[in-house]
Amino acid sequence: MTTLLEAANAKAIQLGIPLSVHLDVTWRCNERCVHCYLDHDDAGELTFDEIADLLKQMAQAGVLFLILSGGEPLLRKDLFAIIRRARELSFNVKLKTNAILIKEQQAALIRELGVDTVQVSIYSHRAAVHDAITKVPGSLARSLAAIRFLRSQGLKVTIANVLMAQNRFDYPAVKKLAEELGATFTIDPTITPHINGDRSLLSLNISRADLNQVMRDESIVGDVGEFCAPPGPVTEDVLDELPCSAGHSACYVSPYGEVYPCVQFPLPSGSIRSQQFIDIWKHSPQLTEVRTIRARDLPVCSTCAHVGSCSRCPGLAYMEGNMRGPSTADCEKSHARTGIPTANMLRKQQASAAACPTLAAPSAE
Amino acid sequence: MSETYIKRSRDTAARMLGDEMIIMSVKDSRVFTLNPTASIIWGAADGITTLREIVARDLVPEFEIDTEAAYQDALELVGQLAQEGILMVTDHPIPAEQP
Repeated sequence: MTTLLEAANAKAIQLGIPLSVHLDVTWRCNERCVHCYLDHDDAGELTFDEIADLLKQMAQAGVLFLILSGGEPLLRKDLFAIIRRARELSFNVKLKTNAILIKEQQAALIRELGVDTVQVSIYSHRAAVHDAITKVPGSLARSLAAIRFLRSQGLKVTIANVLMAQNRFDYPAVKKLAEELGATFTIDPTITPHINGDRSLLSLNISRADLNQVMRDESIVGDVGEFCAPPGPVTEDVLDELPCSAGHSACYVSPYGEVYPCVQFPLPSGSIRSQQFIDIWKHSPQLTEVRTIRARDLPVCSTCAHVGSCSRCPGLAYMEGNMRGPSTADCEKSHARTGIPTANMLRKQQASAAACPTLAAPSAE
Repeated sequence: MSETYIKRSRDTAARMLGDEMIIMSVKDSRVFTLNPTASIIWGAADGITTLREIVARDLVPEFEIDTEAAYQDALELVGQLAQEGILMVTDHPIPAEQP
């Protein structure tokens, strides 16, 4: 059944309205997470006045959902003034933070300002593991204390657990911790390449075997049989589907005012320092191109059995070199779910066999 | 005859989406959509203007409807929104406050 939010998103896409914007107010951070895809030096962040003007423009453009993130957003001294202005303009505000700067006073202010949800990254229930990932001793204890302050204010908290080699066995305990704290739990098994294009961070990804295990964990995916079912038939309707909401009803704005289709899709589409937000949203050649792409336009993925059920991220595909190409991380997930290799995997195997037949083909002896 | 004053709850977020108002409750994440008529009332719910004034000023000229019938419908609507916790309804003006 379609929820009201899904219906609203569909209507926003139909009307060309940017219903949701992710705004990073800074890329500076007080943690140095091993998997982070951002540069932390301040290269000239938007001022409060620039952000206030942007918020006004976004409200006029129809943005309702505003994700404020970073970097660590609380490193901005004016963060609460930004949130206050956003709430005056009737945005639904979600705050993504490591929370280590949140004490009782900040938690109370976040509640008073009417923030909808606070999302906090917790990598492990074990301080040694979490703190090694953030590279900040004591960070787990501080983040958990902050979550308790936030919950004591009645705020909704989401604990986000990014899976990587270092913490791959810890997610069940983090989920249990979230339940004890009255927080919702979300898990993300995808490591993103660095925004500068460096793909070395991908070495932190969990193994295929570990991904298989996560995909078959009922506590994470619900009905395993349904979640891991073979993909359905590829129909004309499937081939007409949009890849995701990036550029259609959502976009990203960097701390420097650059607009991208999504935080994971760093295709520069305009700067709010030289253009109005609505002009970028409506007329940017890059966003316009993104909007033209349907599943049938994807040379490899349109031939793949998974095309209708794959979580293919066009941003990750873009970072692999082609926004119309496959996203290998999502190919891995589709394969892990169903055991059925993707068209991209088969293509790579064939290319490998052609390049080195003695290694790829089994011996006849 | 007492007047009715209405004001949007501070624990909401709202935006026009086409001809509908989409409202989200911060407290429990419930989502509401209002039709064009109700959206006008929501947009005018500043805590200072009486419901009777809103109906006469914003609804009657727009939809060419009977004032009293429209007012009764509006009273019913704001009662429902108050029950949902997203609109304050009182018999006195509600002063402005920071969100």
